[in-house]
Amino acid sequence: MFESTELNARNWRIQQGMRLLFLGMTLLLVLPVIIILGVLIYKGSPALSWAFLTENPTNGMTAGGIFPALMGTIALVLVALIASIPVGVAAAIYLSEYAPDNWLTRLINLAIINLAGVPSIVHALFGLGAFVLFFGFGTSILAASLTLAIMTLPVVIVSTRESLQAVPQSFREACWNMGATRWQTIVRVVLPNAVSGILTGIILEVSRTAGETAPIMFTGAAFFLPFLPESVFDQTMALSLHLFVVATQVPNVPESLPYGVALVLIGMVLIMNSASIGLRMVLRNRKKW
Amino acid sequence: MQHEDVRDFHWYVDKAMASLVFLGGISAIVFIIGIFLFITREGFAFITQSMDIREFFFDPAWRPTSDSNPTYGAFALIAGTASITGLAVLLSIPFSLGAAIYIAEFAEGRTREILKILIELLAAIPSVVWGFIGLSIMNPLIIDMFDVPVGLNILNAGVILALMAAPIMTTIAEDALKAVPDRYREAAEALGATRWQVTLKIVLPAAKHGLMAAVLLGVGRGFGETMAVLMASGHSINVPDGLFDSVRALTATIAAELGETAVGSEHYQALFTLGILLFAVTFIINLTADLVMRGIKRS
Repeated sequence: MFESTELNARNWRIQQGMRLLFLGMTLLLVLPVIIILGVLIYKGSPALSWAFLTENPTNGMTAGGIFPALMGTIALVLVALIASIPVGVAAAIYLSEYAPDNWLTRLINLAIINLAGVPSIVHALFGLGAFVLFFGFGTSILAASLTLAIMTLPVVIVSTRESLQAVPQSFREACWNMGATRWQTIVRVVLPNAVSGILTGIILEVSRTAGETAPIMFTGAAFFLPFLPESVFDQTMALSLHLFVVATQVPNVPESLPYGVALVLIGMVLIMNSASIGLRMVLRNRKKW
Repeated sequence: MQHEDVRDFHWYVDKAMASLVFLGGISAIVFIIGIFLFITREGFAFITQSMDIREFFFDPAWRPTSDSNPTYGAFALIAGTASITGLAVLLSIPFSLGAAIYIAEFAEGRTREILKILIELLAAIPSVVWGFIGLSIMNPLIIDMFDVPVGLNILNAGVILALMAAPIMTTIAEDALKAVPDRYREAAEALGATRWQVTLKIVLPAAKHGLMAAVLLGVGRGFGETMAVLMASGHSINVPDGLFDSVRALTATIAAELGETAVGSEHYQALFTLGILLFAVTFIINLTADLVMRGIKRS
């Protein structure tokens, strides 16, 4: 009864053609990830060794390891997290649990979008003007980390808000009906049910923070500093800036060295992101409501 | 019956915490205003005293370190940023929208998950690593393929930036497509439309505001990118007339020169003025994107 007409067949061909075209476009976007990883691993792995990770750079950064840069990045990320998690989680709790639908909330959302959209170099200018000079922290881990914290704040806020909003409203209502205050409900019911979702956001923030370069260039990261910082008021090396320096500023660097640094940096970042994605998938499968 | 006073310890904790999270809530506004105030504070003296607006916007001579006669013409830098961002957006729009359509309308199940994860990983690559890729992989590739002396140019930075802007455009465009109610699709399919006809005639028009916002946010991302552009664009002051010209971007200029200036000097203030310009443009782009998005919700 249903015979395929010429028109049907033509539409079908167009449909298949478009499908292939879009598939091709998608693949052209994602293929670079795989190619880049492949090239970095191929060219960078000869440089990798235990000594590369645990030794200081030597010979004007043309040899040796990346130990102080690696530790510096970890320090910067930790301090940034300590600063941004409380503020970000509080902001998310406000937006998810308290905020009425009014102009102020819209303004806050607009500010969050803008905070995420301000160029990283402008964050660097702000960090220099505010933390290094005005508050007198000097070029230090503290100034750099606070700059990073403000820059990555939207990541924490948005992901935390999403996981708070995913907790069903009925959970809150049940708790209120028992006579609990709003805050008791948030602490005892909402946050415990959202904590793993918040965690995925924080891991994502770690990954973002570790890779940033521009915001720390003038606020606390040093080109070359072959010892570890002793307090948050010291400068430090950082992996991202170190990659920039060995790739562009230092002459006669053996080819494998910057590839090695890039591989460690991207490895760190992608492991964090994969962990976040993995955790998210486990959570989605386990979700009971 | 007399009312019992409910203001016990928990009542006070509740009120106190409500105020605290409110402070957290408005922090984003405080920080945005703070960013604006602090960069203006450092750059203000230049704008009011030394800046010649015509020179700043229309003169290509950026010679801040000249001893006798420093000039602060940002035209070449603006042209550099515009050419790189323009090329990036031109490359990125079709591919990002294509990928968004494929992921939202055609792909299913596991394929869809894997593609989304790969796009997310694309977004995770740090900008300094992109810059390094431009320097070490794209540079020789462009020299070989097009037989040009230098591979650090608009093409290189534009392609890198297109790949960096693609994930945000794809993700937001996909969200916009997903937000189109399924009953639209079902109604069209019931009339015998193919998946492509549904997409072209129903889904794309319905999602057009979201797609516009996606493009705008992608533009903002490209416009503000610093390290990748600094490393891949060649970083030479130049009003370009072709894809293979090296250029210098606004962001890259700040990154490259700020370290060498004395705090409070004219050069230092001029760099902050570039920062104010960057802040203003991204603010307008983000505001427009937000208004466009709000447009969908209302209609």
